[in-house]
Amino acid sequence: MLRAEAIAAVLSKIGDELVVAANGWISREACAASDRSENFYMLGSMGLAAPIGFGLALARPERRVVIFDGDGNLLMTLGTLAMIGDLRPPNFLHIVFDNEVYGSTGGQRSATANIALDALARAAGYADVRRAVTAEELDAAIDALLAATGPAFLLVKVIAESNGTAPRVPHEPEALAKRFRAALEIA
Amino acid sequence: MNRSGAFLEILREAGFDFFTGVPDSTFQPLLAEIASRPDLGYVTAVSENVAVGIATGSYLGGRRPVIFMQNSGLALAMNALGSLAAIYRIPMLLVIGWRGHDGSDSPEHALLGAATPALLDALRLPFFVPDAESLHSDVARAAQTLDTQPGPCALLCKPGVVC
Repeated sequence: MLRAEAIAAVLSKIGDELVVAANGWISREACAASDRSENFYMLGSMGLAAPIGFGLALARPERRVVIFDGDGNLLMTLGTLAMIGDLRPPNFLHIVFDNEVYGSTGGQRSATANIALDALARAAGYADVRRAVTAEELDAAIDALLAATGPAFLLVKVIAESNGTAPRVPHEPEALAKRFRAALEIA
Repeated sequence: MNRSGAFLEILREAGFDFFTGVPDSTFQPLLAEIASRPDLGYVTAVSENVAVGIATGSYLGGRRPVIFMQNSGLALAMNALGSLAAIYRIPMLLVIGWRGHDGSDSPEHALLGAATPALLDALRLPFFVPDAESLHSDVARAAQTLDTQPGPCALLCKPGVVC
């Protein structure tokens, strides 16, 4: 499965959930698939998709927050798993698109060819942990994830590509923050 | 009310309503006061760059965040501040314990302690260095700065200033 296909499949089933997308191809492909005001795209700050989603989930417990993370991103702030397993926000839904490489910098290998991020999430205390490799598995796993009581974790194994095709996120960073808050009706 | 409680009240009066951070030894009494106040919803972050992410998420959700950290952690959080909080213009107050401010601290604080104001300047991050007398007014000035120039703003606190 290609990452862009997996991201589009998730977004096709998203309702009013808030989405935080990691920097690089993940944000680009999410924006290309379905650019919603409730999507927050990271441009830099690699490693902080889950922390941003965590702060958002704590601030807005009545809204469900879906994180589009990457393997390189999560490895950079792996301690975040422990923080989430400790406080257990039920509205925190963590998807990791794992291609086992640092895709945005040329495809250098990451540690996840040999390290199972879903096992780490389970050990950290996530309430609901799943893995999808095929498109059929992903289809079922998205439904289960969106219905789960979190913190929930879905590891999606995707193919490493030499390069994606999605354009850069066309919005300025300040505008992204403003439109996201406006979607939440924050002045 | 003890000094830590009074400082937390000053922050709350200035509109801050989300608290996160990484422990700093100079803030021990303050952190003990925070631990006794579950109503504050304080979140212990695993690192200072992660704290910047958490604070950003809380602001996106409508809150006004404060991060408590040590200046050694400011160095760790430089990329998060520069490539997230600054460019998205996310208001957040950094309350930074300043180890190594006068060169008399332990060796690991010497270089970064001396460099701390320069690190903040390099990020074009406005900051105040309060003493016990100016603390209240400096919080008010920082809060005003967050409103007029959205982005991170810092209180750089020598030991003994806030608690």
